[in-house]
Amino acid sequence: MSDKAKSIISKKTTGQDERLKEVSKLRLLLNRPELGAVGGAILVFIFFGIVAGDTGMFSAYGTLNFLDVSANLGIIAIAAAMLMIGGEFDLSIGSMIGFAGICIAIPAIYWGWPLWVSIIFAFAMAVLVGYFNGILVVRTGLPSFIVTLAMLFILRGATLAITRLITGRTQVPGLRVLIENDPIAWMFATDTFKWLFTWLGSMNLIALRTDGTPLATGIPPSVIWFIAATLFATWILMKTRYGNWIFASGGDKNGATNVGVPVGRVKISLFIGTAVAATIFATIQVLDAGSADTMRGNLKELEAIAAAVVGGCLLTGGYGSAIGAAFGALIFGTVSMGIFYTDVDTDWFKVFLGAMMLIAVVFNNYIRKRVTESK
Amino acid sequence: MSENLIEFNNISKFFGKVIALKDVTMKLKKGEIMCLLGDNGAGKSTLIKTLAGVHKPDEGEIVIEGEKTVFDSPKDALDMGIGTVYQDLALVPLMSVTRNFFMGREPLKGPPFLKTFDIEKANQIAAERMGQIGIDVRDPSQAVGTMSGGERQCLAISRAIYFGAKVLVLDEPTSALGVHQASMVLKYVVKAASQGLAVILITHNVHHAYPVGNSFTVLNRGKSLGTFNKKDISREELLGMMAGGEELDKLEVELEEMNRINN
Repeated sequence: MSDKAKSIISKKTTGQDERLKEVSKLRLLLNRPELGAVGGAILVFIFFGIVAGDTGMFSAYGTLNFLDVSANLGIIAIAAAMLMIGGEFDLSIGSMIGFAGICIAIPAIYWGWPLWVSIIFAFAMAVLVGYFNGILVVRTGLPSFIVTLAMLFILRGATLAITRLITGRTQVPGLRVLIENDPIAWMFATDTFKWLFTWLGSMNLIALRTDGTPLATGIPPSVIWFIAATLFATWILMKTRYGNWIFASGGDKNGATNVGVPVGRVKISLFIGTAVAATIFATIQVLDAGSADTMRGNLKELEAIAAAVVGGCLLTGGYGSAIGAAFGALIFGTVSMGIFYTDVDTDWFKVFLGAMMLIAVVFNNYIRKRVTESK
Repeated sequence: MSENLIEFNNISKFFGKVIALKDVTMKLKKGEIMCLLGDNGAGKSTLIKTLAGVHKPDEGEIVIEGEKTVFDSPKDALDMGIGTVYQDLALVPLMSVTRNFFMGREPLKGPPFLKTFDIEKANQIAAERMGQIGIDVRDPSQAVGTMSGGERQCLAISRAIYFGAKVLVLDEPTSALGVHQASMVLKYVVKAASQGLAVILITHNVHHAYPVGNSFTVLNRGKSLGTFNKKDISREELLGMMAGGEELDKLEVELEEMNRINN
């Protein structure tokens, strides 16, 4: 082909007319997986703005409260979403949270390990559990639903048995005193932007305690981790080669293998991701509560998957976004806290959670049809 | 260096007692389109997989540019310039044109350890390549699922060429396509050959193969019935040679019979 012809083609393909571009931008937005979750979050905020606008839900303290709940869920939801995009499920997230908790607490309290060593130990165990989940799914070709369901029981049972064996109880308290001066624990236990809240308090812009300190003392660590995880996961998915491999592995395993994507390695790394995210969740909660509980994280795997689905992840893999999962978690967190500010009985929260998920699945199905069949 | 770009000499492949291929010989020059014809079960799939490095031949040799070659894996075949486009195309419908085009072989940019997928460059190349085929991808970030079957086929072929295929192996590229779409794909195949690629077109559709092929190899029950140049054989003779030929003749006779009775 002559250079002239090439230049004509490149002009034709890069220099499109403005009208076309505008249309495709709108279509692009409509086809984004997170559209539903972002829209849902806006609706939720409008709803609570009207119903509970004057109750203190949206005060600094109230806001941080529902953000904290959302953020904790969001950390695991994002990892679950990435795994779902890669075409697999992890039902052992909740059990991993309980397991990671005692992996921190028992060495730190009963074996006299420094807290930071225990935390690193917990993360090492998470990598092992994730790797084991992944290799089992990849090697056996069994559905990850079954493999991780087995792991759900194994991990929860082991957590309970080991804890009772060593401590004679199901709770391990006494961690709070160890946090101070620990070289790692602060990353999971420190409120940030305290100066901002002190300043806002001194200006009388936010609610104060009777001693004059602000009621909301700072941004909780979960929120920082949540934001970092959202940005990191989005960067991975959209901007890296590995991200493309995740979509490919979930979209068509055989096709991806045929063009040289290391599907097995991608999936194993994603299982490690969910286990590590569960451990971040556990570390934050254990250090916040000062104790580990063997039942911590119970049913969290389902909430994480629900948030990922509301965030636009397809159950069949290959489609979804981390931002969507983040907004899915925000919806659940906001409603679970917001419901206390309304006259509605909190028992209804689960009903809402289920209904939300149903709507999301129907909506996602429609979006997928739009994306793949419009022409 | 031999004149032939690729030669398959007396290739045989056995699966236990089953003779899947026996003494199949094919030779291709640059710019040549060879159509591999055969009915279902003739051994086409086995031959493709042998070409692609999935199976190792039990007998015979593969010669590329005059050198005897053994493929230990599909990757070996790819590295030697054999680009195989399977029937399922290895495309993910939910992913964009660009992301499919570079799937597994993404261009990178940036400092070491922080290398990112160079999506701008990838978009530009994908749009340019698709433009060369005459498919105007308005937006290379649109999902492949929105493309027609012919466009998808062309995308898969274009991808194989871009990543260095010298010999294109196309498995039933037109089988699922309508007339218009099929002719679009065949046009592109001819164009690729005119740019110096050797093409092995596997099909059971003589009507698609005959207009574009330079030579025809007919497989029947694992054996080659020979390779024929276009000038030496007619469409009807080819059709007759494929297993279906005789049966079609019989069918024709029977239909005539029925017509006669009805009248």
